[in-house]
Amino acid sequence: MQSYDYVFNKPQFLTSVTITVQRVLLGVTLNMLLTILAAYPLSKERSSFRFRTLYAWIFVFTILFYGGLIPWYMTIRATGLLDSVWALVLPGAVPVFNIVILLNFFRGLPRELEESAFVDGARHWTVLLKIFVPLSMPALATLTLFCVVTHWNSWFDGLILMNHPERYPLSSYLQTVVIGKDLNQLSPQDVLRLSEISDRTSKSAQIFVGILPVLLLYPFLQKYFVKGIVLGSVKG
Amino acid sequence: MMVPALLLLLTFCYVPMFGIIIAFQKFYPGLGIVHSKFVGWDNFKYMSEIPFIAQVVWNTIIIAFMKMAVGIALPIAVSILLNEIRMKLVRTGIQTLIYLPHFLSWVILSGILIDLLSTKGMINQFIHAVFGSKPIFFLGDNHWFRFVLVLSDAWKEVGFSTIVYMAAITGINPSLYESAMLDGANRWKQAIHITIPGMLPIIVLLATLNLGNVLNAGFDQVFNLYNPAVYETGDIVDTAIYRMGLVEMQYGLSTAVGLFKSVISLLLISTSYLLAYRLANYRIF
Repeated sequence: MQSYDYVFNKPQFLTSVTITVQRVLLGVTLNMLLTILAAYPLSKERSSFRFRTLYAWIFVFTILFYGGLIPWYMTIRATGLLDSVWALVLPGAVPVFNIVILLNFFRGLPRELEESAFVDGARHWTVLLKIFVPLSMPALATLTLFCVVTHWNSWFDGLILMNHPERYPLSSYLQTVVIGKDLNQLSPQDVLRLSEISDRTSKSAQIFVGILPVLLLYPFLQKYFVKGIVLGSVKG
Repeated sequence: MMVPALLLLLTFCYVPMFGIIIAFQKFYPGLGIVHSKFVGWDNFKYMSEIPFIAQVVWNTIIIAFMKMAVGIALPIAVSILLNEIRMKLVRTGIQTLIYLPHFLSWVILSGILIDLLSTKGMINQFIHAVFGSKPIFFLGDNHWFRFVLVLSDAWKEVGFSTIVYMAAITGINPSLYESAMLDGANRWKQAIHITIPGMLPIIVLLATLNLGNVLNAGFDQVFNLYNPAVYETGDIVDTAIYRMGLVEMQYGLSTAVGLFKSVISLLLISTSYLLAYRLANYRIF
């Protein structure tokens, strides 16, 4: 337990946990809102939403083509978000894969439900909030789990988008502590030293704290995600 | 409803796409994109001349193919075996355990692996106790590094990949098994003649979709496990782009290599989706 004491009293560990919690809360909320809002119109037929295919391709194209690391970094720098928690949240705020999964799920829902709602004079917002969202709870739970895990585990963006190590989220901080190698300054002797890791216990303690939330969250959501993945990904 | 999502995509995905201009410039951050000098295809010419890039591309393709082969064969075998377990509690227990590593990050897993595979780690102690041989530094040895990558990736992802295959097995008509049993087919025969053919459409689909990943050998994993001693076999396109761009500040070259990768990936993914559509009538949306 000594090493846990040590870990929890380290100021940088605590701030990194705070930043991670912030990014998970902000990021997942934003992810899910945007996913639902984009998946609903894209799930409509061409007859009711004329440019559906065009818009769907605008979304999917971002999976197909990537501008590259340097342009991506420079764009974020130009927005002035570097060093703030928004840099970890906004660039990945639109999870296109999740949108595709959810829109396929939406299309599997019985058409009659929304039709009768429209006949009764409901608007799109009502149909989305009162019919689609409540019926998609298994899918939404799955996607929420994915988003939480993605945000909790992301380390690379923190490493390059935060200029000050004090602002690292937990995963980036763990990366520097556990893997802890700056490629610039690694000499052959260091590589040798890498082979004989020391201070195992404090590292293990931090690793354990790092995976704890995933371990706690995962069993509860497991029954949903198996259903959600199968429904969303393998159709016809 | 889509406006916020579209604006964010525009800012963080479409604007960077114009940044590929840097690939055709001798780029200085101080001058910016507007004032940096255009050099045409020079960065690409340079890229094709340094042997290091060819090595990196080759490593990427080999590692990706090894991972794909294992990543398809192993989950199929595991799901067939899981399907044979009749006790539901045991089966779901195993499933829970093997899905879990998918949710842990490579930072964590690499931390554990570095410790396990170090010269004084558990694996080497075991090898020493059983075979009495000298310790092997798996993560610093070019003979071993790729196998470490492939095996640890398999360990992380195999369980999660079985989800889709298990769903395919559940979809097989039970009467097929009943009539096979009446005809005297044993478990083994049933697996070969009913279960595997029943899974075939999904296997073909996933194998096809995988083709798009030929240039993705797993940045997160390699970055956290490799070191200069194994650049020869373990350095991949993405890690090279990172080092050239953000460590060595060769922005033009790094972006050129990135563009090269993006264009080839675009072609590969489009082909794989087209094939999947033709072969399995698969549609993205």
